[in-house]
Amino acid sequence: MEFSELIRTGQAQAELLRGPEMPPLRGTLCVTGHHLLLSPGPQATPDLWLLLLRSVDSIEKRVAGDAGTITLRCKDLRVLQLDIEGVEATLDIARSIEALSSLESVITSFPFFYRPKGLRLGEAWHFHPPERYYKRIARETWSSPLPVPQTRAWRLSEANEDFSLCPSYPRAVIVPRAVDDDALARSARFRQGGRFPVLSYYHAPRGTVLLRSSQPLTGRQKLRCAEDEELLRAVLAEARPGARGFIVDTRSAQAAKQARMTGGGTEAKAAYPGWKRLHRPLEREGACILVHGAEGTDSTLLVTSLAQLILDPLSRTMAGFQELIEREWIQAGHPFQLRCAHSAFSHTRPKHEAPIFLLFLDCVWQLGRQFPLSLEFGEGMLLALFDHSYASPFGTFLCNSEKERCLCEVRTRTHSLWSGLNQPKEQRKLRNPLYVPNPLAIWPSVEPQSLRLWQGLFLRWTHPPEPSEVAWEKVWQIATDQKTEGSQPTDSASEPQP
Amino acid sequence: MEHIRTTKVEQVKLLDRFSTSNKSLTGTLYLTATHLLFIDSHQKETWILHHHIALVEKLALTTSGCPLVIQCKNFRTVHFIVPRERDCHDIYNSLLQLSKQAKYEDLYAFSYNPKQNDSERLRGWQLVDLAEEYKRMGVPNSNWQLSDANRDYKICETYPRELYVPRIASKPIIVGSSKFRSKGRFPVLSYYHQNKEAAICRCSQPLSGFSARCLEDEHLLQAISKANPANRYMYVMDTRPRLNAMANRAAGKGYENEDNYSNIRFQFVGIENIHVMRSSLQKLLEVNGTKGLSVSDFYSGLENAGWLRHIKAVMDAAIFLAKAIMVENASVLVHCSDGWDRTSQVCSLGSLLLDPYYRTIRGFMVLIEKDWISFGHKYSERCGHLDGDPKEVSPVFTQFLECVWHLTEQFPQAFEFNEAFLLQIHEHIHSCQFGNFIGNCQKEREELKLKEKTYSLWPFLLDDQEKYVNPLYSSTSQKPAVLEPNTVAFHFKFWRNMYHQFDRTLHPRQSVFNIIMNMNEQNKQLQKDVKDLESQIKQHKNKQTDGVLTKELLNSVRPESPALKTSLCLKEQTLLPVNDALRTIEGSNPADNRYSEYADEFSKAEPAVVSSEYGVARMTC
Repeated sequence: MEFSELIRTGQAQAELLRGPEMPPLRGTLCVTGHHLLLSPGPQATPDLWLLLLRSVDSIEKRVAGDAGTITLRCKDLRVLQLDIEGVEATLDIARSIEALSSLESVITSFPFFYRPKGLRLGEAWHFHPPERYYKRIARETWSSPLPVPQTRAWRLSEANEDFSLCPSYPRAVIVPRAVDDDALARSARFRQGGRFPVLSYYHAPRGTVLLRSSQPLTGRQKLRCAEDEELLRAVLAEARPGARGFIVDTRSAQAAKQARMTGGGTEAKAAYPGWKRLHRPLEREGACILVHGAEGTDSTLLVTSLAQLILDPLSRTMAGFQELIEREWIQAGHPFQLRCAHSAFSHTRPKHEAPIFLLFLDCVWQLGRQFPLSLEFGEGMLLALFDHSYASPFGTFLCNSEKERCLCEVRTRTHSLWSGLNQPKEQRKLRNPLYVPNPLAIWPSVEPQSLRLWQGLFLRWTHPPEPSEVAWEKVWQIATDQKTEGSQPTDSASEPQP
Repeated sequence: MEHIRTTKVEQVKLLDRFSTSNKSLTGTLYLTATHLLFIDSHQKETWILHHHIALVEKLALTTSGCPLVIQCKNFRTVHFIVPRERDCHDIYNSLLQLSKQAKYEDLYAFSYNPKQNDSERLRGWQLVDLAEEYKRMGVPNSNWQLSDANRDYKICETYPRELYVPRIASKPIIVGSSKFRSKGRFPVLSYYHQNKEAAICRCSQPLSGFSARCLEDEHLLQAISKANPANRYMYVMDTRPRLNAMANRAAGKGYENEDNYSNIRFQFVGIENIHVMRSSLQKLLEVNGTKGLSVSDFYSGLENAGWLRHIKAVMDAAIFLAKAIMVENASVLVHCSDGWDRTSQVCSLGSLLLDPYYRTIRGFMVLIEKDWISFGHKYSERCGHLDGDPKEVSPVFTQFLECVWHLTEQFPQAFEFNEAFLLQIHEHIHSCQFGNFIGNCQKEREELKLKEKTYSLWPFLLDDQEKYVNPLYSSTSQKPAVLEPNTVAFHFKFWRNMYHQFDRTLHPRQSVFNIIMNMNEQNKQLQKDVKDLESQIKQHKNKQTDGVLTKELLNSVRPESPALKTSLCLKEQTLLPVNDALRTIEGSNPADNRYSEYADEFSKAEPAVVSSEYGVARMTC
């Protein structure tokens, strides 16, 4: 397919209105395969205004006289208005944007064409979370004060090497050592979408674990699966002696019961001794937890990843947070392409769209407000992740699973978002200048009085945050002053050295 | 004290209002002449000033004892369980007596002794000098003069002695006008804008009824508009809702008829009266006090209470006022019914928007002294200092502080003071520890000899200034000296740190304020160190150019720098010093436990037992 088939017009004269605070922009409007460009012409600022077509959520056109107006509502909640000269041009441009913004093919998407200066292809795709995370667990179990069997309790299984067990899992997963690959395969058949219980987080201080899966396919006949039961038994056996387990079902009790009618369901108490089922999201210390909802790709990931942010200081660092998202969202099979196909402004009826990842980012933002010094990344990072999850020149959020990403050769043919974000010039935007490593768990307050509207996101385009932005700049200044000056005494002292 | 029957009760439990697991602290309750004190088993002290108590309730006996619930005016709510009903009853009765005093002389301020001598006390009272303030504004001048008409409180008892009026308004005009105004509160100057030559004036409603006129009053208003050379028109802002103002006409009061006054533009603003505000706050507090409140109940409760709507109304009025002066160069006359509640809110907030001086720590004190204290805001009645008419109690001044807080949120760099400063002032309008807010007008305060018998709050706040400084304040960044706040609905937020001041589990667990203050402090220290070291090096260089010695010098300075660096990373070290200083925020007693103290345990080691509470994750402490 050629993009040129979808581009119905060359260019047109237009004026762009970007909200009450921004000055309007006049110039030549042009639609390309992936972008909408507005070139202000030689007399004005030389800057080219660019919009990734993928980020257009809905489009509205109106014509009056010999001019037209297009209103673009973007997935990042921005609303843009284009006043275009010529009725024909308006309609053509509208049609072009409509067609190009909803292209479904992954391999013709912009990330496959984006070749920024200063970045190398294949860079930062080196995060291989399951393997890397397994190494961390091995290290932590080794140095842990817990009894010896603990240290050998987990293994990295490559049973899903060809994605045959579970199409939405990565190639390698961490499972109890006592359970072999055949048992995993059987457990996978008993779980929706093949998502058998795997390790999500190992809590070193107590030797307890967080697992996730999808719902068991007990159905109306209350089926059981010996291997699945054995898997969970092995988890408890290898934790502290006498440890108990909790199964957190993120659905309501009612919803879980209904799921049985369609072949899903919940774990029967008798079949899983030592495990207690709960229908409320909560975290418990000193116990092993299995979290699942229905498919195990949405609220399950929300709960497991938030729990890790609360418990694990490493996941609150810049690198740790990126790894958490890569491991617990991208590789864990959150279907980004389906969920983020459209955002709040879309007119099309949502089929698979849902702002689950945004919900996660909002929770992290609330956490950051309550512990303003404990997250190494700032609001800018969360905003960037929100933007890129919906429309991005990078390949990180493409596709729905590792399997699809392998088929599309995303890793070799697109740039990783992490390599883009980790460039030094981006850091001031993304980092929290007040970060101080905090080795403790950060328990947030969830009283309604403690929660706030995330203005930085929801009101980003409607009202200018100038005064607070200036203030934030001042905070940066104070914080960086400190860092440079902190090292200054040594610097100036070393000056007269021969 | 004759009211105290039991002074000490042991094995009392203090319940945590927001813990669903019914966790409690056990300790001893002491009753003193001025405070109720609870010391828990960790030796942590909770002090409650009797004057702060708004409501004491004895609930039905339970198996564990007799519950005693105390609600305070600073929005603290404590829930004790006293083991024996007799003790509970004694304490309950004592508190009922002690929290409601019949006479001014029994208030805490008259016995409070900060160990200052008389001249220190006097200097404290002279700290805020309103004559100086009017001079700063640029009056008296060719258009405005000091009037001696009220020198002996003869014309208006609730006004101060010294009043500024247009130069062309003669005494008979003033006297005539005052007779036509409710409580004799005739139009006087509140703020003079030197650049625009425009004025904010204030008064009470005219006694116009359906048709009454007063030539002197009409003359006085004309004199005010003539005192402004830039604009012949002046605004008359009636801060009440139109309906209320019209109802007042039946009682022989009312509002100005535009036809009778030349060159006025009349405007209603629609701020509700003290009774509406009181019940609005009550509703708000009811919602907040609910256990296990859901998000939707909180927001619908907040909406039903209407509190933020009222805050917005006050803010809108102040913005209208500031715009009239800045955009139209017009003078504005503000009134409500008696001109001491809504009028004080609007005049003071309007001045705050216009003049950066009022956004400094000292300036804010001056503003409160001028528009609130001197012009007769009835603090003692509105705050219920004495056992009086509960219908006179209303959170009018609290609303003003909240409006200011909203401005500090929108303009994080425009104010020299921080939230703690506002909270501290709020604490003391009710504490009766200092003389400033006792009484209802200047005349009454003079009769009470407050300046001889009590202390002024302001010098004490200034002594602790570093606690109240906004580290981001930048007096130079205020290029537009006038604040133009955005009043879109979403800018009005629930002020958690006011209404849940003492509910520590609801607060952020780490303080940005503390760390920025620390960084600023350390930056200064480091700059000083750099200078010292540089001068040392220079000295040594001058003395001897021997390389060996320079090296020695280096070795002697080096060990210091890593120590400095590590202290930046260790929060225990960086946070605690400021934290210590913050412990005394509350003033009524240094050992009081407010949220600011929270930092020392801001994130908990994982608790051994966790209750099953609703929510993603929740700390139980």
